[in-house]
Amino acid sequence: MPEVTLGEIADMVRAKNAGPFWITLDVFLDAEHYEAIVHAGTLSAETIGELYNVAPDTVLIFHVPTINAIKISFPRPARQGSLHDHDMHAGQQDLPLAGLVIP
Amino acid sequence: MLGAGFPTATIDRGIELGADAIAVDAGSTDSGPFYLGTGQAKTTTAQVEHDLRVLLLSAVNASIPLLIGSCGTSGTDSGVNWIAGMARRIASEAHLAFTLACIYSEQDADDLVTALNDGLIRPLAPARALSEATLKSCSHIVGLMGHEPISAALRAGADVVLAGRATDTAVIAAVALDHGLPAGPTWHGAKTVECGGMCTTNPTAGGVLLEIDHTGFTVTPLDAGAACTPTSIAAHMLYENANPFELREPPGTLDTTDATYRALDARVVRVEGSVFEPADTYTIKLEGSAPVGYETVTIVGIRNPAVIADIETWTDFLTMLVDDRVSTVLGVARDAYDFDVSRYGYDAVLGPLEPEHTSHEIGILFRVRAGDQATATAIAKVANPMLLHLPLPHAKSMPSFAFPFSPAEIERGAAYEFVLNHTVAPATPTSMFRTEITATSDA
Repeated sequence: MPEVTLGEIADMVRAKNAGPFWITLDVFLDAEHYEAIVHAGTLSAETIGELYNVAPDTVLIFHVPTINAIKISFPRPARQGSLHDHDMHAGQQDLPLAGLVIP
Repeated sequence: MLGAGFPTATIDRGIELGADAIAVDAGSTDSGPFYLGTGQAKTTTAQVEHDLRVLLLSAVNASIPLLIGSCGTSGTDSGVNWIAGMARRIASEAHLAFTLACIYSEQDADDLVTALNDGLIRPLAPARALSEATLKSCSHIVGLMGHEPISAALRAGADVVLAGRATDTAVIAAVALDHGLPAGPTWHGAKTVECGGMCTTNPTAGGVLLEIDHTGFTVTPLDAGAACTPTSIAAHMLYENANPFELREPPGTLDTTDATYRALDARVVRVEGSVFEPADTYTIKLEGSAPVGYETVTIVGIRNPAVIADIETWTDFLTMLVDDRVSTVLGVARDAYDFDVSRYGYDAVLGPLEPEHTSHEIGILFRVRAGDQATATAIAKVANPMLLHLPLPHAKSMPSFAFPFSPAEIERGAAYEFVLNHTVAPATPTSMFRTEITATSDA
């Protein structure tokens, strides 16, 4: 079976600042994929920690069943606007998550 | 956002539908620390004045209040005064008479040092210790007001309220809370419509009408071609918010865990079940931006296939040589400057997280930060011959790369960073904010 990524099965994966000190990622799915991914525990703090090179114990994960969405938030590794921050709005930080291969 | 534009017809439609107020946000931290650091707005006078004219004419003619929050992008006093100047100019030109309230939210660092010493300032996650020096390093500090100073201005007779930094929801919630409507639906409704049409299926089509009552709220798009769906409405609670169920406001926390979202028709959504939990301590969130040095940048293009094939080695070689030359030629200590080499077309956006490296052209952004502008530029000039000619180690010939302009260096001026992520417990909800009320007239 060919590999499938989260970005391919999701209706939308988006990233944005949640204030100057946090990045937040939203994954919008259909009901079937939402249930499967939540049930399998695919998006764990450990997985996110590995994908984004952040400590798993700083990662917050929320399930929003009313709209089949999963929300992930963690402190920004580079503070917004600092010399080594390359994404002021954190608007392109969805790509690592969207590229996650779904087992 | 004020200055981003909207179809004028959507304002007329909202008034036809019986709107009790027009509320709009004019700021955000999202575009970075420069705006709070300098007190300058991200938007131009032309953009903001265009939108303000439409809103003022509509609100004053309909005899409903106009409330604008976070004036001038960061909500500094200069941002409030900037928009107040436009409002007075429009009043004079269009012969409009109204009562104008300016609510200032800038904070004095010395007052906050006293609050810090009194144990009234608390860190927010991710927590960082706060020192007196950090507070005093800020060029501007603002407190995010709640609805109370805005409600007080309305009760004092204001028709138009220009608020400094406010929570995104406060200008929207003020009128409803003042009418005695319940906090749960009010704050949830305000959060939902904070970005206007963002909660619809057509985010560029203009604003929405928010109707709040004693059991919930209803959202109707003001453009006939836009629709709200239960998903578009519920999804907005996720937007730019770390927690999708909770939102902290000065007086407490909105909890939407048990909220229900129901389509009343193909375009209108009803929400019920939102709860607001009053906090033990009323808190005002602080934002502060501090100058952290000066920057000079250089851009150079690389098309050389051998260098591109080994760009990691080239970057390491460049970094080592720049540090060496700065030390030898300029004698600047390593902790007195820093620089960043971003490789656009290779990994500039995602850095070490970038999974793909298939470039045929790379744009190098060389960004130096130092204690003063002259030093930052001197370091960029020391790097210049390397950015022009640096070969790979052991290469037989010397390449020349592509500068897009001359001089190659661009001085960016002072750089700023957000240094506060804290709340303060004020004496009262209005005590940190100063309100000035004046009448404009067509005289």
